[in-house]
Amino acid sequence: MLQGWIQIALILVTVIILTPLLGKYIARVFLHKTTLLDPIFGPIDRAIMRTIGIYEPEGMSGWQYIQAVLVSNIVMGIAVFLILFLQPILPFNPSQVGGLSWDLVLHTTISFLTNTDQQHYSGETTLSYSSQVFALGFLMFTSAATGLAVGIAFIRGLTGRSLGNFYQDLMQSITRILLPISFMGTLVLIAAGIPETWLGAAQVTTLEGATQAIARGPVAHFEMIKQLGENGGGFFGINSAHPFENSNGLTNFIETVAMVVIPASLIYTYGLFMGNLRQAWLVYGIVLVFFIPLVIMTAWGESQGNGQVNTLLGSMAPNLEGKEIRFGWSASSLWAIVTTATMCGAVNAMHDSLMPIGGFSTLLNLFLQIVWGGQGTGTAYLFIFLILAVFLTGLMVGRTPEFLGRKIEKAEVILASVILLIHPIAVLIPTAVTLLLPEDLRGISNPGFHGLSQIVYEYTSAAANNGSGFEGLGDGTLWWNLSASVSMLLGRYVPIVALILLADGMKLKQIVPMTDGTLRTDTGLFTGVTGVVILILGVLTFLPVLVLGPIAEAFQLSSGL
Amino acid sequence: MNIAQDLFKSIRIVAVLWILTAVLYPLLTWGIGQTLFSNQANGSLVLNAEGKPIGSTLIGQPFKSDRYFWSRPSTIEYGTLPEVAKTGASGASNLAPSNPALFDRIKPEAQRLRQANIKPTPDMLYTSGSGLDPHISLESAQAQIPRLSQARGMEPSRLQELINQAIDDRILWILGEPGVNVLKLNLSLDQK
Repeated sequence: MLQGWIQIALILVTVIILTPLLGKYIARVFLHKTTLLDPIFGPIDRAIMRTIGIYEPEGMSGWQYIQAVLVSNIVMGIAVFLILFLQPILPFNPSQVGGLSWDLVLHTTISFLTNTDQQHYSGETTLSYSSQVFALGFLMFTSAATGLAVGIAFIRGLTGRSLGNFYQDLMQSITRILLPISFMGTLVLIAAGIPETWLGAAQVTTLEGATQAIARGPVAHFEMIKQLGENGGGFFGINSAHPFENSNGLTNFIETVAMVVIPASLIYTYGLFMGNLRQAWLVYGIVLVFFIPLVIMTAWGESQGNGQVNTLLGSMAPNLEGKEIRFGWSASSLWAIVTTATMCGAVNAMHDSLMPIGGFSTLLNLFLQIVWGGQGTGTAYLFIFLILAVFLTGLMVGRTPEFLGRKIEKAEVILASVILLIHPIAVLIPTAVTLLLPEDLRGISNPGFHGLSQIVYEYTSAAANNGSGFEGLGDGTLWWNLSASVSMLLGRYVPIVALILLADGMKLKQIVPMTDGTLRTDTGLFTGVTGVVILILGVLTFLPVLVLGPIAEAFQLSSGL
Repeated sequence: MNIAQDLFKSIRIVAVLWILTAVLYPLLTWGIGQTLFSNQANGSLVLNAEGKPIGSTLIGQPFKSDRYFWSRPSTIEYGTLPEVAKTGASGASNLAPSNPALFDRIKPEAQRLRQANIKPTPDMLYTSGSGLDPHISLESAQAQIPRLSQARGMEPSRLQELINQAIDDRILWILGEPGVNVLKLNLSLDQK
């Protein structure tokens, strides 16, 4: 028991230690200062930029940046759609899997393009190695890099800098950050047991004489960027619970840290851009204040187990339904919270089978979207809440709200509200529509309150660009493929457009000199207010759903019905 | 900047980044992996005396007979079902703790274990996450010693010894949870 808690603490401490190191490196990359990797990647970067016809990268205006994001994403999407659609005639298909329906291809493309990686299929039985590596593996880099670029452009604007050049940011996110770390991580994963082969499934005869097909493939390189880029789309159907995606305690450690290390470090990067590390650590503190209790609650719930089964066993035992022995309750609970906090969405235990308190915590993460948050965008959302807190406190004390020395005015508040409101819109409306559908179209697999949680979880995961699921849900249907695609697109591109416009507007504002009357944002008091604002604005909209789903389920279980 | 210019730039940067991340990166890691860690890179397969693969140390197998230690219940029978004979499979029950079907499944399973004189342990009642879990808990292995001792005519102390040898322990004393690798354990039974 104690060892489980120590393991959780060890992973958290590792992330906190890595935060300033990686945060500083990311800041140097995007401030275009010299870094260790310049001798290798400097010439490559310049060659790539020349290939696309950019000799001196110029800063873009807000709309130029948005147009570059959208056009490049559409190009990627079309390329990947074609690869997936043409799967039957493309090579590297040793298991000879067939074609996919158009709606599944569409859903999968949008899912990986938006960094969601929600999967309505099982990798080993549905996709060829071409589809996995050439289509999805590619989007895992570019979708993460798109998020990172937007996150960086946002802080550049807030601090009065030019937004930068999207193509350069996209490329450098990959060549300087995602690719080098993934490369090193992949080699460790292979050494620790994760396959990297182009051979098809191994056919073996078991000791008892049964024929077993052991799915494998070029998994390790895919796995590493899946975690690091907060993608979360598994090579195999069962994701990181599969021993070939996550073989032991060491791979689990690397994969857990990889999920959270970039969003955690990015807060520090923001601090360096602002020239105010105190502000960054305070924001970091807000995240930890949300994150740590959720981990403890979930781990406690799983370690106490299912009362009904405990009675049968005659003793208290952890809930191991949907869990692997090598991870146990502690590593599984920590992972469940990290993956929903960071919008990674990979799983090493089944969320559908979590105790209600675990279901509550994972859903809460997806509603808030700022407990670390998505690659690049999560940190930006955190600062959106700071801006809203400035606005609200400014109203209370009757001062013009200012953030980082720039006035917060109508346009900023409108854009921040759009970012805040698109989430409940993309979650609750489709949920309501789905609940009105005939029973067999809803796809619910668990009865009662949990069934509602399944539907809400699917849309929340889509809109938050997370991708995990209560996977009992029968989601491989036309309705689910199309409706979840809409939620993913709204949850991705509406906030991106709003973030860039907001940053673009802030960039041009006159700096207001700091006086005694200025409301300081780097104080404990203001940070506390921000935390409350996050709770009120972020959770209140979703409270009825939480009550009807996991909270009601918890009461149901404890009353033994 | 007009859209045509962006389209032109986008197509080219997508092509370049595609070569970098979808061709060179997988190719390089595959090359290094196959050279330095060829066993792991190909799935940690276990070969028999004739060189035929009989399993993987990382992937569980269904064990039902009296002569072997049983493995955890799996919703996909460890990928041995005929419909996935080509591809392999993974899967979980995804039953919620509040779903009556969970207890309806667990109850007869506990009865079956008790009838075989095995004290039910949590991991032998709950299905795993992947359906391929290679491990059972130490407790679950030890609970099966009397049954194996009878079926194989082996000393319980000898079985305990083999169990200890088949434990995949925590890494660096802290990462992960210890588990008894059922395939390793049952292989060692056959070798004696």
